[in-house]
Amino acid sequence: MYAYDEIDRTLVNERVSEFRDQVKRRLSGELTEDEFKILRLQNGVYLQLHAYMFRVAIPYGTLATNQLRALAHVARKYDRGYGHFTTRQNIQFNWIKLAELPDALEDLAKVGIHAMQTSGNNMRNVTSDQWAGVAPGEIEDPRIWSELIRQHTTLHPEFSFLPRKFKIAITASDHDRAAIKVHDIGLRLIKNEKGETGFEVLVGGGLGRTPFIAKTIRHFVHGGDILSYIEAILRVYNQYGRRDNIYKARIKILVHELGIEKFSREVEEEWQHIRNSSLQIDDEVIEDIRSRFTYPAYEKLPYMPDELRQAAADPDFEAWRKNSVAPHKVQGYSIVTISLKPTGGPPGDATAEQMDALADLADRYSFGEIRVGHEQNLALPHVAKRDLPALWKALDKLGLATPNVNLITDIIACPGLDYCSLANARSIPIAQELTRRFANHELANLIGRLHINISGCINACGHHHVGHIGILGVEKNGEEVYQITIGGRADENAALGTLIGPGVKFDEVADVVEDIVEAYLALRERPEELFMDTVKRLGVEPFKERVYATR
Amino acid sequence: MTSPLEQKKIKIAGPSIVTANRTWDGIVVYRTAARSWSADLSEAAIVRNSDEAKALLAESVADDVGAIGPYIAPVQVGADGKIEPGNLREQIRRTGVTIGQSAQA
Amino acid sequence: MPLVKGGKIMGDSFVKLAVDTPQPEGGDILVPAERFLGDAEGLLEGAGKVGVIWPNNRDIVELVPYLDRIAAVALVFPTFRDGRAYSQARLLRERYNYRGELRATGQVLRDQFVFMLRAGFDAFEVKKQADAEAFMQTAKRYSVFYQPTGDGRITALHRRMQLRHSEGVGT
Repeated sequence: MYAYDEIDRTLVNERVSEFRDQVKRRLSGELTEDEFKILRLQNGVYLQLHAYMFRVAIPYGTLATNQLRALAHVARKYDRGYGHFTTRQNIQFNWIKLAELPDALEDLAKVGIHAMQTSGNNMRNVTSDQWAGVAPGEIEDPRIWSELIRQHTTLHPEFSFLPRKFKIAITASDHDRAAIKVHDIGLRLIKNEKGETGFEVLVGGGLGRTPFIAKTIRHFVHGGDILSYIEAILRVYNQYGRRDNIYKARIKILVHELGIEKFSREVEEEWQHIRNSSLQIDDEVIEDIRSRFTYPAYEKLPYMPDELRQAAADPDFEAWRKNSVAPHKVQGYSIVTISLKPTGGPPGDATAEQMDALADLADRYSFGEIRVGHEQNLALPHVAKRDLPALWKALDKLGLATPNVNLITDIIACPGLDYCSLANARSIPIAQELTRRFANHELANLIGRLHINISGCINACGHHHVGHIGILGVEKNGEEVYQITIGGRADENAALGTLIGPGVKFDEVADVVEDIVEAYLALRERPEELFMDTVKRLGVEPFKERVYATR
Repeated sequence: MTSPLEQKKIKIAGPSIVTANRTWDGIVVYRTAARSWSADLSEAAIVRNSDEAKALLAESVADDVGAIGPYIAPVQVGADGKIEPGNLREQIRRTGVTIGQSAQA
Repeated sequence: MPLVKGGKIMGDSFVKLAVDTPQPEGGDILVPAERFLGDAEGLLEGAGKVGVIWPNNRDIVELVPYLDRIAAVALVFPTFRDGRAYSQARLLRERYNYRGELRATGQVLRDQFVFMLRAGFDAFEVKKQADAEAFMQTAKRYSVFYQPTGDGRITALHRRMQLRHSEGVGT
C-alpha cells in the first residue's frame, strides 16, 4: 500500500480548493457550462441521464480500509448509498450534487483519494494488475512503477489537453489481468539479459468505435527511461493526433494512419532529445517510492491448515474456495476475489454497508488492504488460509460470496441506458437476466471459464469487443437491438470478437446466449476445452448455424 | 461543445418538450411555459412545430446557470392532456432505472 | 483583451499585422507566421521589435533560425481545449532556448494559467478581464509539481530526494 506524504497531500488539497473555486464560479454564472465542462471532466464529473456522476480514482486498484470507508461515506452522505466499480479501477457515484462535490472531494482527500483525471482528454487513472505484489511468479510489483507514472501524469502541464483521453495500464505477470493490449499505452514489466527492470511498450490499443489491439512499439525500454519514453509518445500524439473528428482522435487512429513503423520513428526521434534529461529516473527515486509501499508482515504458516481441512466437508464452502480463492506468492496465504456479481444484481455495484463491512473484514483478514480489478470485482490480497472459512461465512452474510468468478455470470457491463447519457440501449437488465438464467452453480461450472461483456453503446465501456461473448446494444428505429460477437479476449492473447449474425431484440438476448452455450457444450472436444478454445478451433460458423437455425 | 442551436435543423415529428438537468444538483428538469424549470413533466411547455421548438430551446440554452444540456425530446399527450415521455430514454429519466433495485441489498 | 505580463495587466506595445496590412514606420509588430517567413529579413530590418504569431499546427522548427532576433512568439489556443501550443512552448523554451516573450493567445482562461506558466509562457492575452485580474492569485494555486519542465520549479521527486538526504545527514 502506498502512503501519501505531505507533498502528495498538499497537491490533492490544492486540487480540491481549485475545484471548489471552479464550482463556485460555475454556480454564480461566471463560468459557462461550455467552459466548465472540461474543468469538471478533468475532475471526474460527468452529466448523466439522471444527475451528475462522480468518478473517483483507485490508482492501480489498491485501497486501504480507511479509503474504502471514505468511499462508503461518500455513497451514504452525498449519494444514494451505493457505488459502481468500473473496468478501469475507478468507482462511480450516480447522483452527486454539483454544489456538494467540493465537500465530497475534501472528505476523500483526507484519506488520500482524489478524482483527478478520471475523465477528460488527459491521462487517465493508471491501472494495473489487481494481484500486483502478491501473484506467484510476478517479476516485481508493478505498482511502484504505476505510482511513478501516476505522479508524472498528474496535472501534466503539457498533456492536459490532448486530442482525446489517454489510458495507461501495467502488468508484471505472464498472465495479463490488466488488459494492457486494449490501452493507449500498455506496459509489460520485464527484465533484460542483464537482469535490469524495464518494459515492453505497446501502443495504440483501444476499444470503442474502431477497436485495435495494441502493437509493440519497443521491445525493451529501461525502467530509468520510462518517463521520457512515455513523454515522447505523448508529445508526438499531442501534436499530430487528430482533433478534427472525435471518433478519430485516439492515439490508436494516429498509429494506424501513420503505421507503427513511422509512428515509432517519430517517437524515437523525439525520445533521443529528451532521454538524458531530468526525466531520467535513478534507482534512488524508485527506492524512495518503494519505501512508501508497505508490505504485510506475513507469518510462517502451513500450506494446509486444519481449519481449511475441516471446512472442506462443507460443499458450499468448497465451491466458493475452488472458485474465488487463488494462490498467493507466500505459503499459507491466498488471494480472495470478491464477486460483485450476485444473481440478479447489477454488475460491479456495492452498497455503503457492504463497503464498510468489507473494510472491517480486510482489517481482520487482509492486513487492511483491498484491491479492485478491471472485471468489476474486488479482492482481499493477503488472506491466511486458516481464515478462509471464517471469511467465507462473513462474506456470505453480506451477499459477497457468490462463487462465480470467471464464470458465465461474472459479467462485465457498463451502466448502459439506465444511467448513461451516451448509451443507446440498456446493459444492466441484460446482465441481470443472464445471471438468473445461469444461476445454477453446477451448470456454470460445467461451462467453465466464459466472460460475457456488455456495452450499451459503441463507446464500449463494457469491453464487448473482448468478451468471449460480447453484447453490444444499439438503437434501431427507437428499439433496443443487441449485436452479439464471440471469440474476443482481453488477456495476453487479446483478440476482437466476431459478429455471429443480425442483431436481436432485448427479450431475445438471454435466449441467444443460451443457444451459444448449448452449441459450445455440444461442440467442445472435451470438458477441459474452454469456450474460447472451441471458438478458436471451429470459428464462428457452427455457432452461427445453431443460433440462427431457428430464428 | 456545439450549441444545440447550431446542430442540424431542428425538426420535430410530434409534440415535444425541452428537457435538461438542473445545474446545482443535476436532477432532470423540464422547461415550463413560465420560462423556468420544473422537475414535473406535467408542467412542461409543449411545442408542436419546429419554430416553437426552436424558440423554446433558444430560451432554455440562454439559461445556462439554471440548467445544462437542454435538448428537445418527444412526448405523447393523452386525450386528457396528460404528458408521457415519448421514448425509453426519457421514460428512464422520468421514472428512474429499470433494474429493479438500486444495488444488491 | 487585457495583456498580462510579469503578473501585471499592462498595455501592449505590439501592433498585430494581418497578412496584408502595410508595415508601420516604427513601433513593435506581431506578424503572422506566413508573412514573417515570406519576408523575415525585410521585417527584421524595421525600427521596432518584431514578434511572430505562430499557428499550433505548424512545425516550430521553421522558426528556430530567427529566434535570437525576434522579440516575441505568440502561440495560439484556438480553444482552450486544444493543447498543441503547450508542446510548442516547451520546445521553444527547453530545446531551442528561446528567451524572448512567449505569449499565449486565443481562448486564454484563468484555469489554464498554471499549465501555461509551467510550459514557459510569460505573457497572456487573457479573454476575460476578471481572469486577468485574478492572475497572480491563480498562479499561486499550486505549490507541488510532479513534472520537471523548463520553468525550473523543483519537482516532488526531487524535493523528496533532498529531504531524504538532509534526513540522512541529520541521523
